[in-house]
Amino acid sequence: MSSEVMTSPTDEFLKGLWRENPVFVQVLGMCPVLAVTNSAINALAMGLASTFVLVMANAAVSTLRNFIPKQVRIASYILIIATFVTIVEYVIQAMSLELHKALGAFISLIVVNCLILGRAEAFASKNTVPRAVLDGLGMGLGFTLALFCLGSVREILGSGALFGFSIFPEGYQPWVIMILPSGGFFTLGAWLLIFNAFAKRRAARLARQEPAL
Amino acid sequence: MDVRAQPQPSAFAMYRALVGIGVVCGLLIVAVYEGTKPMIDANKAQALERAIFRVLPKAKASRTFVPSGDGFVSTKGPAQGERIYAGYDESGALIGLALEAAGMGYADTIHVLYGYDFEAQTIAGLVVLQSKETPGLGDKIEKDPAFLKNFEALNVQLDGQEQGLAHEIVAVKSGAKTKDYEVDGITGATISSKAIAALLQASASRWVPRLRARRLDFEAQAEVQP
Amino acid sequence: MNDEPLWSIFLNASLVNNFVLAYFLGICPFLGVSGKISTASRMGAAVTFVMLVSSACAYGIHAFLVMIDAPYLQLISFIVVIASTVQLVEMFIKKVSPALFRALGIFLPLITTNCAILGLALFQTNKGYDLVQSLTYAVGAGLGFTLALVLMAGVREKLDLADVPDVVRGTAVTLMVAGILSVGFMGFAGLGG
Repeated sequence: MSSEVMTSPTDEFLKGLWRENPVFVQVLGMCPVLAVTNSAINALAMGLASTFVLVMANAAVSTLRNFIPKQVRIASYILIIATFVTIVEYVIQAMSLELHKALGAFISLIVVNCLILGRAEAFASKNTVPRAVLDGLGMGLGFTLALFCLGSVREILGSGALFGFSIFPEGYQPWVIMILPSGGFFTLGAWLLIFNAFAKRRAARLARQEPAL
Repeated sequence: MDVRAQPQPSAFAMYRALVGIGVVCGLLIVAVYEGTKPMIDANKAQALERAIFRVLPKAKASRTFVPSGDGFVSTKGPAQGERIYAGYDESGALIGLALEAAGMGYADTIHVLYGYDFEAQTIAGLVVLQSKETPGLGDKIEKDPAFLKNFEALNVQLDGQEQGLAHEIVAVKSGAKTKDYEVDGITGATISSKAIAALLQASASRWVPRLRARRLDFEAQAEVQP
Repeated sequence: MNDEPLWSIFLNASLVNNFVLAYFLGICPFLGVSGKISTASRMGAAVTFVMLVSSACAYGIHAFLVMIDAPYLQLISFIVVIASTVQLVEMFIKKVSPALFRALGIFLPLITTNCAILGLALFQTNKGYDLVQSLTYAVGAGLGFTLALVLMAGVREKLDLADVPDVVRGTAVTLMVAGILSVGFMGFAGLGG
């Protein structure tokens, strides 16, 4: 089925974390990235919820990959993803009303996270269940990692706290703008800048065959 | 849409996939919904109870009422629409009522729960249920103790004909409050403060006359479960 | 029952709480299709149209689900309806203007995963808008989305000719511009309130 070179399971898992990080490299699933990262805990919760949906959807799509005719595949994927998102929403509501209020409609919006549909289409539909699950886990955790990077920076700068714990002395005036939508854009832009800088450095190093003069 | 030379799957295969998946998905959702419903309802009831006791500090027990015709009847189950909560002390005497109100704030709608004290004819407390006001500025309406103090005895006396409030609830600049129907605003959160005053004014002028007129509806209870 | 006046709903959706710059909905097309003003405006028009149709459908579905007491089917029914609407719009555009169809390319089917449309359906349901309010909300949101997209496209067209540092080129600088645009739109807060 798969026309790719057989990668090890570990690699399948790790690629989502860094090399093919959904947020910093593929730039997918942006909406929740910006909206729900005004605090570290919200970011983590959103990331984990999305990871759950991604893993379950990947598993389901992979299991059914020979059962779903090509013509109706997108519709089927959407049905499956929407189901798991609905499940996650009710579970979160049951666990913590506060968290559900904080994340709001964005839990439901996980269903249109292009990352999940993208992985289902690009990977899960063409690979075995174990690999699909690993891919989902890796991408999901990479996504969560990215969300956490954004959420913590925004919370530290914007509320002077992390996970609700104040880390700056009393007199610190927080940069409220960081918690506002604009802060989301700026922070993500900054992280992408850092990422690009590293990627360029690595590419330059690899291109140099002999040591620099 | 790609049109590679592939044998067209039978319509049956397509229907089978979609309907099959649809049915399984539907069943899964219903199962999780029913499974989590008791927990979610318990959570909501708990949160509501806590809010009611915060806006009616002297209350020990509460009941839920819904409008029915001209008056109000007590109801047990999850109610739809407008709800009024009555608070009673240990002996079952009516202390006051708690009701929800909402209005447009700076960023989005603000939802509050406020308590009404029958004896004192004042608002006894306010809890912000939901707001999306600016963090660090407008969201002070939720926690700033000085601001919340405004609502521990906010005058909502009725006018002569008992049809509306005697004095309109207004927000004033921080520190400029002289009358007990004024709301001391928060510096830097003028719009949010005004929004609270406005939504309280709208809700109180609409409900207080009616609630006072039907006071007996809330008192006539055989027994009160804490 | 929500008694917000129509003009307030419109202003709110298009400016004060702009779907892209305040709610972060529709970021994928915002980053992807805002390269040129012409594509941006057409994408905006297509999205506005899909929003209108979806808004009406969402209202109907919600009313129906309330009747049969099955709130848990809301998300699934919304997304299915949106996907179908996009499919229909795609077929319509293909027939009426093949050039536009090719210009929009992959982005047309991507409107399905455009969180702005689903977000619209969810928000209007949560706020309890009636049909007319919902449609006004949809028009406001769609026009606001188009405005944000076109503004961004205008800036990006200029940026293409400027000397942007390598590290920042591409998505990073687009995001920073978006941040500044967002700050600008914050000035609308309190409008009509």
